Amino acid sequence: MKSLSVSYQGAAAASTWRGLAMGRGGSDLVIAVLLGLGALATLLFGEAYWLLAAQVAITMIFALSVDLLVGFAGIVTLGHAVFFGLGAYAVGIASVELGWTEPLSALLLAGAVSALLGAATGVLVLRTRGLGQLMLTMAFASLVYEIANRAKPLTGGADGLQGMIVSPVAGLFEFDIFGLTAFLYTLAVLIVVVVFAVLMTRSPYGRSLVGIRENRVRMQAIGTGVQRRLLSIYIVSAALAGIAGALLAQTSQFVGLNVLHFSLSGEILIIVALGGAGRLWGALLGAVVFTLFKDRLSALDPAYWYFWLGLLLAVIVLFAPKGLIGLVDRLLALLHRKEAA
Amino acid sequence: MITAALTILFHGLAFAMVLYIVSVGLGITMGLMNFANLAHGAFAAAGGYVVVMATRSLGLPFWVALPAAFVTVALAGAVVERLVVRTLYGADELRQVLFSIALLFMAIAGFTLAFGPLQQQPEIPAALSGQVTLGGIDFPAYRAFVIVAGVAILAALWLLIGRTRMGMRIRAAVDNRNMAEAVGVDTRLLFTLTFALGTGIAGLGGGIGADVLSITPTYGQEYLVLFLIVVAVGGLGSIFGPFLAALCIGVVDVAGKYLIPEFGAFFIYGVVIAILLAKPAGFFGVRS
Repeated sequence: MKSLSVSYQGAAAASTWRGLAMGRGGSDLVIAVLLGLGALATLLFGEAYWLLAAQVAITMIFALSVDLLVGFAGIVTLGHAVFFGLGAYAVGIASVELGWTEPLSALLLAGAVSALLGAATGVLVLRTRGLGQLMLTMAFASLVYEIANRAKPLTGGADGLQGMIVSPVAGLFEFDIFGLTAFLYTLAVLIVVVVFAVLMTRSPYGRSLVGIRENRVRMQAIGTGVQRRLLSIYIVSAALAGIAGALLAQTSQFVGLNVLHFSLSGEILIIVALGGAGRLWGALLGAVVFTLFKDRLSALDPAYWYFWLGLLLAVIVLFAPKGLIGLVDRLLALLHRKEAA
Repeated sequence: MITAALTILFHGLAFAMVLYIVSVGLGITMGLMNFANLAHGAFAAAGGYVVVMATRSLGLPFWVALPAAFVTVALAGAVVERLVVRTLYGADELRQVLFSIALLFMAIAGFTLAFGPLQQQPEIPAALSGQVTLGGIDFPAYRAFVIVAGVAILAALWLLIGRTRMGMRIRAAVDNRNMAEAVGVDTRLLFTLTFALGTGIAGLGGGIGADVLSITPTYGQEYLVLFLIVVAVGGLGSIFGPFLAALCIGVVDVAGKYLIPEFGAFFIYGVVIAILLAKPAGFFGVRS
């Protein structure tokens, strides 16, 4: 009897493992392991790439925030850079004007400021859907961009915000020119955000967001507070984007107007689609691939970068609508079928 | 005082007409096919480049270059619609938005490689390069031409959509696509023709408006927000809505920048947010 239960447990474990390996969980696991190894290798051997790696980690957080909104809750936005940029300016201005240089608390400040703007605009944006929603998000983002451009005494306008000081992280780790602190600091924040996002999307709350995306009327009919949930995820997403922007400001100790620009809102949407909308690990993979790709290609000529980016995006949309993670899914399923045969 | 008001009104009208000519096709195609085409401005830029090439390199007269821009860009639109856009009807908004962004980026790269990153100006005929005097005030003749062209295109579209059989089919399909198909409208052909018409008018607008919205490779990205605003405020599938919207936005923007320059583009976005909140489907929208 005892041996039976043990073997039963063993079989159950094996079948979960196989289920993981071939299903969506398998792709997530594969990507998580690859990303982990990549981070480790960069830490040990990639001294020259630490700053780039910090940028990748920041982009990953930003991509997660947009994926939660677009991929999970089905809210479309072409203006999410407004929250990223606001977070960046919040820590920048806090440091220059108020002398608030402690990085961790400044990060929370940025998240709170962006969340506030998210709450204020979310109430209005979520009244519309589809094209109207795209327009309103774009209009709010353009408005804030224009404000930042005009408020020269505070933001430095088109010249950018200069003279930002950031204290050592936890009072111990000074930001160095090699970017080791920047890399580890952004990585640590990224891990916290990923854990938070994974737990949230698996919770009943996260599942209800997917339900709203798939069938809003039915979710309403079974008693879900649809508007309240959409507003709450809008605020959470805004806060995460603000934290990502704050990390960029802290690690580069500079804030330029480009953090609020429309093209950043477009790029982050592309990243999510490239990786696979509605899949957290897809968004993370998309952020890595995109940032590395951009780093290589835009060094050559911005025109080429635009061309290749457009072509890549067109191919993804037309032939792989589930993004890179969809390709990983298919690859794993193929391997599993071969193994079974 | 009156002079200043008239000057603002005149330049506001010229700006509004360019916005209208470029945007109206976008509203019709979006209303008809539910296709969010963010690459619409790239077609307008293409028209601008056709006019530049025709008048500068080929030495063709301006009055030949404008129809050439319409025809070339309409053909390009028809090809793109047949090859790709068609497969995305009914796909979710995100995919349409992303595909048209991809198209826009490739167009920007293509224009940069072909024509360089700098602004291009078409050769304007002598008859339009002087001044016209209205009520004792001098106005640039070319801008007066732009205003006349805008009104002429509104009239032409009104005749086409409101008075011809094709227009009747378009209106029927905007209102209820399934029912239009059921009574025998060939919507496949209709969609291609409408897409070609919409992009062709945009090309014409790019050429006519090169003086107001300058032709650079990033044209389609820089003014995208403006075009989308005109469509969203005017209402999808309407030809009068965007006209009204363009008038509001054009005059408000020029007045705002002239009277209170330090506030820049605040007015436009403020007005847009207010209108969209009051009327989410725009002035004349069939649906939001």
